[in-house]
Amino acid sequence: MSLVAEPGLVAEDERSASQPRRRGYAAYVGLKVLGAIGSLCFMLVVNFLLFRVLPGDPAKTLGRGRLTSQAQVDAFNKTYGLNEPLPQQFLTFLKNIAHGDLGISLQYRLPVSQLIMDRLWTTLLLVGTSTILATVIGVYLGIRGAWNRGGLFDRISTGASLTLYSMPEWWLGLLLIAGLGVGFGFVPGLFPTGLLHSQNVDPNSLHGVFDTVWHLVLPVTTLTLAYLADYSLIMRSSLLDELGEDYLQTARAKGLRDVQVRNHHAVRNALLPTTTIIALNIGFVVSGAITVETVFSIPGLGLLATDAIGVPDFWVLQGTFLVASAGVILANLAANLLYGWLDPRVRT
Amino acid sequence: MTDTTTTAVATRLTTRQLSRRRRIASWKRGWAQFRTHRSGMIGLGILVVFIVVALAAPLLASRDGLDVTRANGPVLGAPSAHYLLGTDENGRSVLTLLIWGSRVSLLVGLMATLISMVIGTLIGLVSGFFPGWVGRIFFRLTEWFLVIPFLPLAIALATVLGRSLFNIILVIGVTSWPGTALLIRSQTLSIKERPYVERAQAIGAGRWHQIGKHVLPNVMPMVFANTTLTVAIAILSETTLSFLGLGDPTRTSWGTMLDSAFEVGAITTGCWWYIIPPGVCVVLVVLAFTLIGQALEEVLNPRLRSRS
Repeated sequence: MSLVAEPGLVAEDERSASQPRRRGYAAYVGLKVLGAIGSLCFMLVVNFLLFRVLPGDPAKTLGRGRLTSQAQVDAFNKTYGLNEPLPQQFLTFLKNIAHGDLGISLQYRLPVSQLIMDRLWTTLLLVGTSTILATVIGVYLGIRGAWNRGGLFDRISTGASLTLYSMPEWWLGLLLIAGLGVGFGFVPGLFPTGLLHSQNVDPNSLHGVFDTVWHLVLPVTTLTLAYLADYSLIMRSSLLDELGEDYLQTARAKGLRDVQVRNHHAVRNALLPTTTIIALNIGFVVSGAITVETVFSIPGLGLLATDAIGVPDFWVLQGTFLVASAGVILANLAANLLYGWLDPRVRT
Repeated sequence: MTDTTTTAVATRLTTRQLSRRRRIASWKRGWAQFRTHRSGMIGLGILVVFIVVALAAPLLASRDGLDVTRANGPVLGAPSAHYLLGTDENGRSVLTLLIWGSRVSLLVGLMATLISMVIGTLIGLVSGFFPGWVGRIFFRLTEWFLVIPFLPLAIALATVLGRSLFNIILVIGVTSWPGTALLIRSQTLSIKERPYVERAQAIGAGRWHQIGKHVLPNVMPMVFANTTLTVAIAILSETTLSFLGLGDPTRTSWGTMLDSAFEVGAITTGCWWYIIPPGVCVVLVVLAFTLIGQALEEVLNPRLRSRS
């Protein structure tokens, strides 16, 4: 057979016809990484078009009336390379990003990359804690609801999830501030509602850590409630999809207890689609961080972006957009790799 | 000669009548099924109330109530017999703002969904129906747009384009189509393989004919169910963008109301009547669209029906 002698000539269709194509994990990883690189490139192009081409005359939009004489406009165009042809501008744009140069903030007079690095950890702390809490609680609610579908618990948790899902997360934050932060009537405010820690406390001391946790209670609660609505609904519907399957019947016929059937058979399979959907929702997670940071004035990336809207501080907006999309792409890649590892069937 | 033409006309009429009758019957069946969904009917009820209020706005509250210069109520006054929901920082009745704001919020939601649906359906159809590189390029494009985080993109677009009602609609419409496109694509892929499409192809139907006459009518119900879910997301997006100060400054929507409430510190001063009503309206309308969308999905997707 020529199969061995000329491996390069094996026809694609012949191979796929003879056996189901299932790549090894390494090939799957390679493919997904390539896809992520593709997405990153596309994102860079969008970024470039969004901030250089769409505004029409950048000197006018970006300068917002501060550039009065023609000489000033020329100098501005020269600084940002705006008088070069577009392909040249795109190359400059790529070169700057490769060097970590995201421009200077008009508002803070500081390099945008430095601003972003300063605030990145705050956002990660807020979003990370809430996502973990929301996933755990949401998945638990989904499992309990689906297993006793139509029961009291299911009806309450589905109703609450749907209501939370229909709510702008920052409005929920406002309600929590009004109820628990400011206090109403004779009830005093319980939790602080602004910043990450008190002004006069060193955040690195033990006291400072407790202070930070205390400040994070309300925003983390807000984000957790906002995210968990999604996760519990997804988990509930994935588990419901599994309920009619034959293998559960088999498991029951074997004499397994209900809890065992649920935890070792149904939930394991239902978790798979949930993983992907949670990954696809990461863009939504970013949105939540932006608005909740604004409402609670937590100095993270989201507040940086919303503060930039009014100025408008284009380079800050561009930088945060870049970081947010890169974060989403990376998180997606991680979820895809995890999914491929958990479920070999998707490696086709 | 005349004989054949009359029979041809007669059969054409009857087939047309037949298909029309069949369509009406299937709508009736769908409605009968939808009616059995309690949550869907509740959603429909809520929505009808809001639509009536939005349409009847001029009858319920005078438009002059929106004019800052003519407002003569107290500043951030608490609810009273004259101002049922209190007043805002300019002395305008919050109830009046709420009634007129429903128009803008619903309009933005519906128009943005229309844009999103047209783009999503077109790209979904093309990426599902066309084999080879055309389909693949459109599929890639959908995947790429899917990972761009919505709010940062919308903020960037809205900042660059400027603040107007039209731009808000455009921004939400252009950023919310990828989910629809993926859904339509997977539907198209399965419909494409069905015998009647194959038959049409064998007779010599062109691609666009197949899409228009066979694929599109079959994906339309799915588009319809997805539309109601997209309206929910579009209204939420409008509220969020307006709250971040990207709304049209000359129009009052529930989002811009919440923005001003936050700006004047209605929370720290305890002016609950300025914060709670607009938010409750948003939640109710979004919930209504979500419930209707879910019920429609179950009516149209028999696999889901047994679950509920």
